[in-house]
Amino acid sequence: MRRGALALAALGLLLAWQLLAWGVHRPLLPGPFVVFQTFAVELPGELGANLAVSLWRVLASIALALLLAVPLGLVMGQSERVNRVVSPVIYLLHPIPKVVFVPIILLFFGIGDFPKIFIIFLILFFQVLVLVRDQAAAIRPELVDSVRSLGAGRRALFRFVYFPATLPAVLTALRQSIGTAVAVLYVAELFATQRGLGYYIYVNGSTFFDYPKMYAGVLAMSLLGVLLYFAADGMHRRLCAWQFTT
Amino acid sequence: MGGRPGKVRQPVIEVDTLTFAYPGGAPVFEDFDWRVAEGEAWAVLGPSGCGKTTLLYLLAGLRHPTGGAVRIAGEVLERPRPRTGLILQDYGLLPWATVRENIALGLRVRSFYGPDGRHAPSNERSGPLEDRLEPWIARMGLSEAADHYPAQVSGGQRQRAAIARTLALDPDLLLMDEPFASLDAPTRESLQNLTLQLRSERRLTTVLVTHAIEEAAILGQRILVLGRPPTRSAPVIENADSVRIDFRTTAAYHDRCQELRLALEKA
Repeated sequence: MRRGALALAALGLLLAWQLLAWGVHRPLLPGPFVVFQTFAVELPGELGANLAVSLWRVLASIALALLLAVPLGLVMGQSERVNRVVSPVIYLLHPIPKVVFVPIILLFFGIGDFPKIFIIFLILFFQVLVLVRDQAAAIRPELVDSVRSLGAGRRALFRFVYFPATLPAVLTALRQSIGTAVAVLYVAELFATQRGLGYYIYVNGSTFFDYPKMYAGVLAMSLLGVLLYFAADGMHRRLCAWQFTT
Repeated sequence: MGGRPGKVRQPVIEVDTLTFAYPGGAPVFEDFDWRVAEGEAWAVLGPSGCGKTTLLYLLAGLRHPTGGAVRIAGEVLERPRPRTGLILQDYGLLPWATVRENIALGLRVRSFYGPDGRHAPSNERSGPLEDRLEPWIARMGLSEAADHYPAQVSGGQRQRAAIARTLALDPDLLLMDEPFASLDAPTRESLQNLTLQLRSERRLTTVLVTHAIEEAAILGQRILVLGRPPTRSAPVIENADSVRIDFRTTAAYHDRCQELRLALEKA
């Protein structure tokens, strides 16, 4: 997408927000100017600290999901036998909305970062697994054979075939699931924690009734989702340039 | 016979009492013997399902005999051998790498492992990749296509890239599986002529697998004709005249094609 078009769209959305704020004309809906001002003031302090916590939780779960889902997806895609056993399990578990596990996971793992990381991990894991499996299954055996004939053993095959072949699947999976992951992070951060953007938004909205701060938190969480999405999309375009040529 | 009288040439390929079956399948080869001497140019001709591609994969070390042995240059083959080059009909190039990166792939795999004798020859020379790459890119007429992805170039250019990738590794044995089958006739002929040229320049031993009688007659000085499996023995048609680059215009060529047609029917 063109940068100019994106900037124009962003401007249009801000304008709509401002018009709505003027129309409603209550503390419940501050305009973008106030919110951005609060955002700028709060970012070096409390808001930034909570943003960092949320960002860490998302990045840690991305790393964990990639670490486990990519190898398993590769094996499932390349081994008919493993796929036959594991796929039905995945088929049943994948469509379950993982957010319903939040209370259970909190019950079992209690407070701290791990339950939050774990719940986002679950969402990303299945998405990455399914896409990597399908992409790995699409690798032609002739391609693997011809690279083996050039002297490639297992390590070189991973480096020169499997890794680049599944990279688009990994980045597509991240892009598709990052929005859901951040949404579920918000839900998870409402319980049993005093850190993270979810908590920040909740506490400023429902306890302190500090709406500009609450909106600054919402803005931070939106930016978290949008920027991670942009990062995945940008990496896809950069690292998988072959998919974007005609 | 293609050999010079009075001088025994070292066999490059020795297939000894080879038996091969895919898991759960009927045997494709049974106690099959075959010899290929250094510098010979063989074509393996047969209909689809005759096991010719299987034979090539066995020679490449990508499949393993159920019984008997395949020896290349005197050594029993257990894995792909660094000095053997393999060119496939299609799907051999990495779709995510440019033509230049694809041609460099074999050299990069070698430098990935270093000269360990297993993945790369133990006397592999080092030096800048470009020095070994660019001459092949130029020779194959790929300078303009070099920065494009395989999907963006023609079938002929893709196959030239596959040839360049293999020859950049300086092989002594070249195995080809229907390398020109999906190309249009003029491109196919020009690549066949290029193969003839490269073969005489580099004194390569070549084995080409094909279902096309004409291709076998042009690129095989000796032609192994395979029939319905299991193959226990197979007739060899001698075709020494085919070294001439104008062979395809001669009467001998047409006679040979006729002879091969009959041999195929019998097999």
